[in-house]
Amino acid sequence: MNLIAARPEGLYCEAGDFYIDPWRPVDRAVITHGHADHARYGSKTYLCHADSAPILRRRLGDIDVRGVAYGEIVERDGVRVSLHPAGHILGSAQVRVEHKGEVWVASGDYNIEPDGTCAAFEPVRCHGFITESTFGLPIYRWRPQAEVAAEINAWWRANAEAGRASVIYAYSLGKAQRVLALVDPAIGPLVAHGAVEPMNAIYRSRGVALPATISPEGMEKAALRRALVLAPPSAAGSPWLRRFPDYADAFASGWMQVRGQRRRRGIDRGFVLSDHADWQGLLSAISATGASRVLATHGSAATLARYLGERGLDAGIVQAEYGEEEGEAA
Amino acid sequence: MRAFAALYRDLDAATSTRHKTEALKAYLKPALAEPARWAGAAWVVYLLAGGKRKQMIPTRLLRRLALETTGLPEWLVEESYQNVGDLAETLALLLPPAGAAENVALETWMDERLPALRALDEEARYATLSGYVATMAQEDRLVFFKLTTGALRVGVARGQVVQALAEATGLDAPIIAERLMGYTQAGRSVTAEDFGALVAPQTATPAAGGRPYPFFLAHQLVAPVEDLAAKLGPPQGWIAEWKFDGIRAQLLTRGGQWRLWSRGEELIAEAFPDLASVAKALPDGTALDGEIVVAREGAGVAGIEPFAKLQQRLNRKAITDRFLAELPVAFIAYDLLEENGADLRALPQIERRSRLERIVARARARALRLSPRVEAADWPGLAATRAEARAIGAEGLMLKGREAPYGAGRKRSGPGERDLWWKWKLDPMAVDAVLIYAQRGHGRRASVYSDYTFAVWSGPQDEAGRVLVPFAKAYSGLTDAEMAEVDAIIRRTTVESFGPVRSVTPTLVFELGFEGIALSKRHKSGVATRFPRMLRWRRDKPAAEADTLADLQALLPVSPAV
Ligand SMILES: [Zn+2]
Ligand SMILES: [Zn+2]
Repeated sequence: MNLIAARPEGLYCEAGDFYIDPWRPVDRAVITHGHADHARYGSKTYLCHADSAPILRRRLGDIDVRGVAYGEIVERDGVRVSLHPAGHILGSAQVRVEHKGEVWVASGDYNIEPDGTCAAFEPVRCHGFITESTFGLPIYRWRPQAEVAAEINAWWRANAEAGRASVIYAYSLGKAQRVLALVDPAIGPLVAHGAVEPMNAIYRSRGVALPATISPEGMEKAALRRALVLAPPSAAGSPWLRRFPDYADAFASGWMQVRGQRRRRGIDRGFVLSDHADWQGLLSAISATGASRVLATHGSAATLARYLGERGLDAGIVQAEYGEEEGEAA
Repeated sequence: MRAFAALYRDLDAATSTRHKTEALKAYLKPALAEPARWAGAAWVVYLLAGGKRKQMIPTRLLRRLALETTGLPEWLVEESYQNVGDLAETLALLLPPAGAAENVALETWMDERLPALRALDEEARYATLSGYVATMAQEDRLVFFKLTTGALRVGVARGQVVQALAEATGLDAPIIAERLMGYTQAGRSVTAEDFGALVAPQTATPAAGGRPYPFFLAHQLVAPVEDLAAKLGPPQGWIAEWKFDGIRAQLLTRGGQWRLWSRGEELIAEAFPDLASVAKALPDGTALDGEIVVAREGAGVAGIEPFAKLQQRLNRKAITDRFLAELPVAFIAYDLLEENGADLRALPQIERRSRLERIVARARARALRLSPRVEAADWPGLAATRAEARAIGAEGLMLKGREAPYGAGRKRSGPGERDLWWKWKLDPMAVDAVLIYAQRGHGRRASVYSDYTFAVWSGPQDEAGRVLVPFAKAYSGLTDAEMAEVDAIIRRTTVESFGPVRSVTPTLVFELGFEGIALSKRHKSGVATRFPRMLRWRRDKPAAEADTLADLQALLPVSPAV
């Protein structure tokens, strides 16, 4: 018997009677992180990391949410639940569940390269591991962040010198803040779209140092021409962008690794910047858990499971209703 | 290689024609100032202007490289490839980064390493290749694999290369275009000297070596007969000829050698050995412009066969004597561009014509015919003659301004309308369109990409930032054999797949006929066509030379003034 199994409502722990990231309303939900495909509306109670709680309130309104620290143990009916850093976005957590000596971990989304905007990923030993597999193909291999940062800065600088704004489309929760933490604020003003700024505010209120961002309202044309603009992907081609006299645009996402994906979006540049683990990252994280049973979900689950199976692991997949948040608008 | 790889990335990332030209210029400018870089620049121009090399490393070696260097199971490499859709790119993404990377010059690859690789046996070739790749920087690998698979396409039109060279050197674009003729001939090697010749200061020298002149292209004439007098003046100001449906070509004799150039700038003499006798009969220093057609014994318009017969010949790999006897070709000459080595293009059409008549008469070659003139006292008379075109295997008439020089490319219509060449086709409802999307068919054709979306250009070739505008879908008109061939090209040139639909790099040009055309607000192109069908595959036409939206709009019925 698996300690955690898939049900129509979501991943379910029968021993503790709770769901992890349920996609339908349930009584008790444990939430790995605040992205819309993991934190859904309608459940009676929510348990998440303390840094996730303000994000959930902002997104889901007046909900019954309890925030806990990493490592803090919540016990009920002999089932011990604790959250551990997933390195994906602020407050993102892996859910560790222990019952009668058996340990299972549901990873949620994770990124093993530390980026300074959230607690760094920590491997958790377990018997059963439910892993994400968004970028579960060996073609996904991230370069060091410093190199991507240098690329973004060079692009921004060249645009600023040519008198055009640099618009980066990035998911408003997580990716936008990562970009902010990577760029060199000396190049020009940093402008945040109305969907991004509230998330910046939550990050700052939880003690994450981000450079100052401003709203484009009332900015001088000359300043707009030097700005780096962070906007959600849904802003692409929208009237909101008309205020910029001239701009180049880019998309920051792991999907940008493949040229066809870049071209499909019709943007000027693609920066390969992800808040998910790449192929090697997934493999090393899985092996660090020591788990003998691995279930993949979210993305290239079947591919990853087949590969792990051929390498001697007991591997399977969990059908889940997560989205591909890196590719889609919030 | 590093500089070319960087240029390739810039071109690949560029979203507009203007950006691409800028990226090219940014590469060319510093290269121009440094003759040591010319050998590399020569190859860059060759590759971007459409020069093709044979596949230098077979795909199976590349797949083996992927398997052996990554240690991944075959199915996972295959799945990665399915995801990426491009073998070169998949390899570049899969292979582990190099330890110490070296930067080998593009010319060293093209002139030495890759040709040497071809000569090795399988094992030695594989060993050498994996050694090369192991010391190659990650960022160079994509372009390297693209080069070795012979699939280096980056969406740069030849016209853009011309434009960038012109802007970088300060030379006139037509001069560059002319010097570039023959530059990208298949299998050719280019050198620093070639690049030097391309960018040398402007002089009045005639077309060098065995290169052809840029072809003068005709405009489609669509106007009611009663308007022609107002538009074009009396027919006596024009030379009218039959428009045959063959392969446009230039036949040159220079320095004791002869060459046959297609409009797509390919040397095609090999396919037409029966024209060697024509070349032999011409004096050295002659350049003829004309049409190759299948024609049996006879002169003038006698015995000329439809295009399908020519197609049969083109489809054959080996040309046997029996085949030559069954489907003999003739060169129908209609213009003389060079005589005794002198460039005649500035002379009036009528003068060139009379010199041409003399040359053809003196040559007395069986396979050389003079394009017959068609005459009539007035436009209705000429229109009546045109109506008989089909009976003699022609598509209509060509009209050439009597006093006009031989232009370069497709001159813009406008005030100089009488300096143009007009094709006055019998069935004017046709354009040359580019295939941009393909979809799987139904039933018997469910496994083949048989339904196509066609586009025309938003502006003329020299217009910066022009794009392909889709305007019609068609799924009939090709033979099964042609369809299989087109299907293979679609799979090779797929840019992306969306469900059953694939977008492709625009390389395929088809003559698309339709029965009616009307204004339409619902279509991006602004026009809707009725019953579009593929009349024929224009293998001879590069995508950049396909028709434009203006050509399409010219076919619209004249609407009453509002
Ligand atoms: Zn997420
Ligand atoms: Zn997710």
